[in-house]
Amino acid sequence: MPASLSRPSIPSGLKLLNWFLSGWTALVFIFLYVPILVLVVYSFNSSRLNIVWESFTFDWYARLLNDGPLIRAAKNSLVIATVTTVLSVILGTGGAWLLHRYRYRAARGIQTLVAIPMVMPEILMGISLLILFATAGMNLGFTTVIIGHVTFCFPFVLVAVQARLQGLDPALEEAALDLGATPLQAFWRVIVPCLQPAIVAGALMAFTLSMDELIVTFFTRSAAATTLPIQVYGLARVGLNPMLNALSAIFIVATVAFVLFSDYLQKLGRR
Amino acid sequence: MIEIRGVTKRFGSFTAVDNLSLSVRAGEFLTLLGPSGCGKTTLLRLLAGFEMPDEGVILLDGQDVSHLPPYRRSVNQVFQSYALFPHLSVRDNVGFGLRMQNVPAPEAAARVAEALEMVSLREQADRLPHQLSGGQRQRVALARAIVCRPKVLLLDEPLSALDAKLRHNMQLELKHLQRRLGLTFVFVTHDQEEALTMSDRIAIIHRGRIEQLGAAGEIYHRPRTPFAADFIGQANLLQVAVVGRNGTTARVRVGGGLELTVASAELPAGARTALVSIRPEKICISKQRLDTENLFEATIEEEIFQGATDQLRLVTTQGTRLHALVANESAMQEAFHEGDRVYCGLHLDDLVIVQAE
Repeated sequence: MPASLSRPSIPSGLKLLNWFLSGWTALVFIFLYVPILVLVVYSFNSSRLNIVWESFTFDWYARLLNDGPLIRAAKNSLVIATVTTVLSVILGTGGAWLLHRYRYRAARGIQTLVAIPMVMPEILMGISLLILFATAGMNLGFTTVIIGHVTFCFPFVLVAVQARLQGLDPALEEAALDLGATPLQAFWRVIVPCLQPAIVAGALMAFTLSMDELIVTFFTRSAAATTLPIQVYGLARVGLNPMLNALSAIFIVATVAFVLFSDYLQKLGRR
Repeated sequence: MIEIRGVTKRFGSFTAVDNLSLSVRAGEFLTLLGPSGCGKTTLLRLLAGFEMPDEGVILLDGQDVSHLPPYRRSVNQVFQSYALFPHLSVRDNVGFGLRMQNVPAPEAAARVAEALEMVSLREQADRLPHQLSGGQRQRVALARAIVCRPKVLLLDEPLSALDAKLRHNMQLELKHLQRRLGLTFVFVTHDQEEALTMSDRIAIIHRGRIEQLGAAGEIYHRPRTPFAADFIGQANLLQVAVVGRNGTTARVRVGGGLELTVASAELPAGARTALVSIRPEKICISKQRLDTENLFEATIEEEIFQGATDQLRLVTTQGTRLHALVANESAMQEAFHEGDRVYCGLHLDDLVIVQAE
């Protein structure tokens, strides 16, 4: 990369500082990743205690797969996160396009209102949604959890897509219209493909946010719609258990795979 | 082919196109020429359907299209930025319009191949736009528009992003293509040289109105307004007083006392003052006396080398300043230098009256 070539290296007279900075960097990484490493290692420990290493075992993984409520919660989480992501992408992309393409008198106000859920304390979101659902007479369940998640997930998609739209040649849409595409066709066949990287980034964000959301879910769920974070929280309160280590290890591997895969997709799209 | 009748377009309090009427003939290369902000691009956008007129009508082939959206008009545009779809190959870019019009796939493929052949891009059919050079992108944009067989092709400064040499080649290539296909072109540019090179007719647009409309030569040689004279090429604009008429000619006097003879046909009866335009290359300069209606002496104040030509700044004995253009002399001809006293001759027809009161 030419960009990294032009970056200045630290002057040689500052060797001491250089060592200090290297050490500091190492410390930061240790601080970030050693707990995760320990967690993964102890998921293979036959002892119930997280402090003593006894012997290697897959036992906790087997138990995990046989824990009905936990598996059900994981399935719930995947369903909720998937639906939330799809709805967030539709709302966020469509919203960003409409705000970008057409003039509204209240455009600025709408923009602010959309951004607020991103920074609002989750506990407030949770309580206000609960009051809303109660007032509207809605039964808590999957629908209410998904509504809650979409409320704070779709702005992330919208913001990502808006940033991409800023740099998009306005003549692209006109060219499509000029060649006989209706506005809807132009959006679908030209604008959406151009926005693809931003949409993927926003979707990933929405999916992860929804997947590990605890507080809003806590207020808007029913017993049947228990998600993984809630189930784990419940288990952790009773006492830490290597089964949770095993669960975390699976999540870490899945997350890394997910990120690598989307990276690969983006590269494919750019080619 | 296109009839524009009394079209007005306003943006807020700004009138971009002001009660403009124009008819474009089938098969002609018409250029809308003007400085930036003169309304030429808005006029093109009105033709394409990206803007709707506030007043007036636009007829395409006799049909009122004033308020039809762009996807219902059989006109196509080549954009200044080319606006190629970055995610589609050259082939799919060119085929986009046919796909939108539901042209059957085999026919579409044949027409795309033909269009790519025409702009000599067959080899690059599977490339993506970002893998092409500027000139190649320009051709893709052209092929993409032409393949739809539009009644009129609109071109919005399509050559402005190319370097000078390539631009010159593309000018001729575009012109030849237009002749070969017999298509109607409406071309927008602010480059007067480009307009003169390519157009059958030029419409000079100024403040949302047509300043002058005519064949390229007519616009250049017989500008009818001071703006037209000044915008196309270079011009010496002289404010003169009418001092006498004599049949087909009239005598006029420039501020310092220099008197010239002009053709009176262009001078309305009763006109007391006028503005005369003289193209710098039409001033005939010699060290010998010349036999012509208008002969006066001048000193060369400054000589500016411009390659093929020399620009001379002259001051007449009466103090009138003029600039003249002479071909850079071969060793066989007379050479002119700063400080030389020379004779200047002007033919009657080279004094063009652009304004009279």
